[in-house]
Amino acid sequence: MMSRGTRLVVVLLALAVACALPFTLSNFRLFQFTQVYIYAIAILGLNMLTGYNGQFSLGHGAFYAIGAYISAIMMDRWNVHYGWTIPVAGVLCLVVGFLFGLPALRLEGLYLALATFSLALAVPQILKYFEHWTGGSQGLVLSKPSAPFGLPLNPDQWLYFVTLAVLVVLFWLGANLLRGRVGRAIVAIRDNHIAAEAMGVNSALYKSLTFGVSAAYTGVAGALSASAIAYVAPDSFNVFLSITLLIGSVIGGLASISGAIFGAFFIQFVPNWAQDISKAAPWAIFGVFLIVFMYVMPFGIAGAIRLLWIRARRSRVAQVPESRETAPTQAPTSS
Amino acid sequence: MEVFIQQVVSGLATGGIYAALALALVMIYQATDVVNFAQGEMAMFATYICWSMLNAGVPYWGAFLGTLVLAFLGGIVVERVVIRPVENAPILSIVIVTLGLLVIFNSVAGWIWTYVQKPFPSPFPSKPLKAGNVFFSAHDIGEIVVTLLVLLCIWLFFKFTPLGLAMRAAAHNPVSSRLVGIRVGWMLALGWGLAAVFGAVAGMMIAPVLTLEPNLMGGVQIYAFAGATLGGFTSPGGAVLGGFIVGVVENLVGTYVSFIGTELKFTVALAMIIVVLLVKPTGLFGISVVKRV
Amino acid sequence: MTFARKFLAVVAAVGVVGMALAPAVSAQTVVGVTATEIKIGNTNPYSGPASAYGTIGKVIGAYFKKVNDEGGINGRKINYITYDDGYAPPKTVEMVRKLVEADQVALLFQTLGTPPNSAIHKYMNQQKVPHLFVATGATKWNDPKNFPWTMGFQPNYQTEGRVYAADVLKNHPNAKVGILYQNDDYGKDYLKGFEDGMGEAGKKLIVMKQSYEVTDPTIDSQIVNLKNSGATVFFNITIPKFAVQAIKKAHDIGWKPVHYLNNVSSSLATVLKPAGLEASKGLITALYMKEVTDPQWRNDKGFTDWVAFMKKYYPEGALDDQANAYGYNVAILMTIVLKQAGNDPSRENLMKQAASLKNVELPLLLPGIKVNTSPTDFAPIEQEQLARFNGEKWELYGDMFDAFRKN
Repeated sequence: MMSRGTRLVVVLLALAVACALPFTLSNFRLFQFTQVYIYAIAILGLNMLTGYNGQFSLGHGAFYAIGAYISAIMMDRWNVHYGWTIPVAGVLCLVVGFLFGLPALRLEGLYLALATFSLALAVPQILKYFEHWTGGSQGLVLSKPSAPFGLPLNPDQWLYFVTLAVLVVLFWLGANLLRGRVGRAIVAIRDNHIAAEAMGVNSALYKSLTFGVSAAYTGVAGALSASAIAYVAPDSFNVFLSITLLIGSVIGGLASISGAIFGAFFIQFVPNWAQDISKAAPWAIFGVFLIVFMYVMPFGIAGAIRLLWIRARRSRVAQVPESRETAPTQAPTSS
Repeated sequence: MEVFIQQVVSGLATGGIYAALALALVMIYQATDVVNFAQGEMAMFATYICWSMLNAGVPYWGAFLGTLVLAFLGGIVVERVVIRPVENAPILSIVIVTLGLLVIFNSVAGWIWTYVQKPFPSPFPSKPLKAGNVFFSAHDIGEIVVTLLVLLCIWLFFKFTPLGLAMRAAAHNPVSSRLVGIRVGWMLALGWGLAAVFGAVAGMMIAPVLTLEPNLMGGVQIYAFAGATLGGFTSPGGAVLGGFIVGVVENLVGTYVSFIGTELKFTVALAMIIVVLLVKPTGLFGISVVKRV
Repeated sequence: MTFARKFLAVVAAVGVVGMALAPAVSAQTVVGVTATEIKIGNTNPYSGPASAYGTIGKVIGAYFKKVNDEGGINGRKINYITYDDGYAPPKTVEMVRKLVEADQVALLFQTLGTPPNSAIHKYMNQQKVPHLFVATGATKWNDPKNFPWTMGFQPNYQTEGRVYAADVLKNHPNAKVGILYQNDDYGKDYLKGFEDGMGEAGKKLIVMKQSYEVTDPTIDSQIVNLKNSGATVFFNITIPKFAVQAIKKAHDIGWKPVHYLNNVSSSLATVLKPAGLEASKGLITALYMKEVTDPQWRNDKGFTDWVAFMKKYYPEGALDDQANAYGYNVAILMTIVLKQAGNDPSRENLMKQAASLKNVELPLLLPGIKVNTSPTDFAPIEQEQLARFNGEKWELYGDMFDAFRKN
């Protein structure tokens, strides 16, 4: 594994590049990177739940949608400043996620995945039903926030920095959470919940809390997306959003913090490459990409990088889990 | 009362559609422990193959059987070529591969056959039947009978044939199965082949009602999942019953609970499934697998 | 931390340069046009659940290729750039920004879908880029005062809904009306137009409204309820897949209302035939295009030209898909606007030309239906004609309905 020092250097370097981007890239590219960061936050949320805690979710698009709509409704109906809507979306999604996590305690693996899938299916329908608040299927058109205090930044640059700041804070919090005592408990529950309970971990509490925190992350991402796209509609949050988030989290690397970022890059850019290759059947190309990625990197991009790192260092032998039962993830420690 | 019966009858007919595909989903889960998200799209693809044969002048039952054979071989090839290389990868990586298959089949079908919907013939008479004031079509009955026949075949196969036993063993405990001489790899391929066959049957029963197009199965698969979840993924009979229950309940809720109406009936059906899962976490007839920890 | 200081210096330096460069780009006058080329941008769903519409984007590309093969327009070839948005508004925003900011297209043409277009509506008007002939039937595209850069194309769904309402009030004033609609912007627009058209009478006459989701497999249950409501008039707002089911199911359960079917599903080959010609007899719809599978147009010049074009430039496209006729029509309209713009292909002039179309006829519009726009009227096609299916073809009847004249 990378040492603390190396990791810090890598993170700071990445951050430096990220801060320089707004002044070197076109506004359109910046917008794409803003999208990547938003997806990364959402995927980190999903990763906590699915990767670290072993609870499968096919429904995180629902929390993304809830976050986006909370933000949009506050801005549209009550003229609340967008900055306030983001934490509110996070907190409300935390509550919703926690409440959904309580009954979800009884479900495992496939059944949990399908229960969450139901949530993702139901949310667009519910959004259309409460037309008075949500604008129904027409959605809500919002304004793009501009930079405050007369900062010499255009709206794209400003939004990019806002998103980057939220990303840094949430990733820092997430890393501390997952690498600390709580994180060990969460992973222990995934690997062997009976043993974890025997050691005094309150499995039920941790599982529903993880659900809540995970939903909060994804909700914050949704709230950011409402401002970035400046439009919300049920069609933006269909089943494929949930599936896309899952794809991002698996391709990036489950149970890995950096994996969330790799996965976000994948779901943002690979579909675009696919359509550059073929307009006749862009999905077919994307499907081939998915399959090839899984062949080459069954543990995702982060997993592949870790293996390469280990091989390069030759200091340790790669540990790859063999049994399928405990194998949504690789080794709990992560980069 | 008449409406109630008519709604139940049409709910059963629609439920039969869900049940048919749910069977294929359950089959593959039983045989390989994987949920195949591409099941519906594979069924759609097989139905297009049947359509092409019919278009080329092959008589219905010839095309039907031909499609089943091709679907079986196709399922095996997919397992050998696409799934095999990720066999030992984490379960979610396999799920992603099946999602890859889903988009490939969908996109390629649109590319080959265009997105224009095509009428698909039914082997059953087209004249509607009438009992009292309740109407139903011969196709609905035929489709339900076919689904039940497939269910019977699955039950007989798993219960009474050595091959079925070997398949179950291979799925439940690959290591021990290998030790007793079962060729686990081929059992998994066989599972994919059979699931593809059941999917093809479902597709050919569904297409006459919904008309054939590349997105034929999108909605159906969601409901099939719902049915299989409700009935239990480990129980073929449960999945079929689950499909019927979802079909009927959704109709009745949409008809009789006025504040929900048709706009939220699916949401209610989903909520109902979650409630059932809370009471019976593995579905109505599912068996929870006891694991040693 | 020397690193931090250096970093800030770099950031500041790059920032200053970036801002200095920014105005230079927008100062350019004729964006997307050179002496030999004009760039036209488009988004369409080539993947995802709405991919059936993707053929419109492809047939437009094929038509532009034909135009280019024949020498282009005013000496310029059309460089048609189309991207896949999968009918997802966030992706549309991304792709349209790519077209406008990175590819620098002169205009945006035929972006498809109400939600995708809603997402870029404001942006296009802020950027002052022509957003022409959008492929949706919503009403909001005809708003030149607030959105002077956006223009619709087809008759909007609300207008069509009003056409049916007028027919119901005239011919079936004592009817009981049942409605089936798709629960999204498209279905609700039709519904609103119809209810507005019915006015006060509607409150009494409309006895039941049933909705379905586009992901629902069947609509049997809704048809059973509608029959049971005692409705004698059925307004059927469904896409082709469900229209087939609705016609069949109504027939199967012995419900024989006066059946109004929305234009979206008026195809003979893909809707009426699969549903059964017998069951389809008596259906009423409002048409503005020649239905390409209707035998009455078999020897029509517009139709035969279209078939020849399809065979040569888009052989993989289906000849029984009305969408291919739609795309052909609108692509022709686009080239007419380009021709009119003459030697001034600036965005302002392109918009001006699009807003001054006078009695333009398109080969696959119904005879008598003409494209008209003005600086205060951004709805190109506003006429429709009711038609009844006689078991063989659509028989036109009644007066031509003209939304512009009536308002």
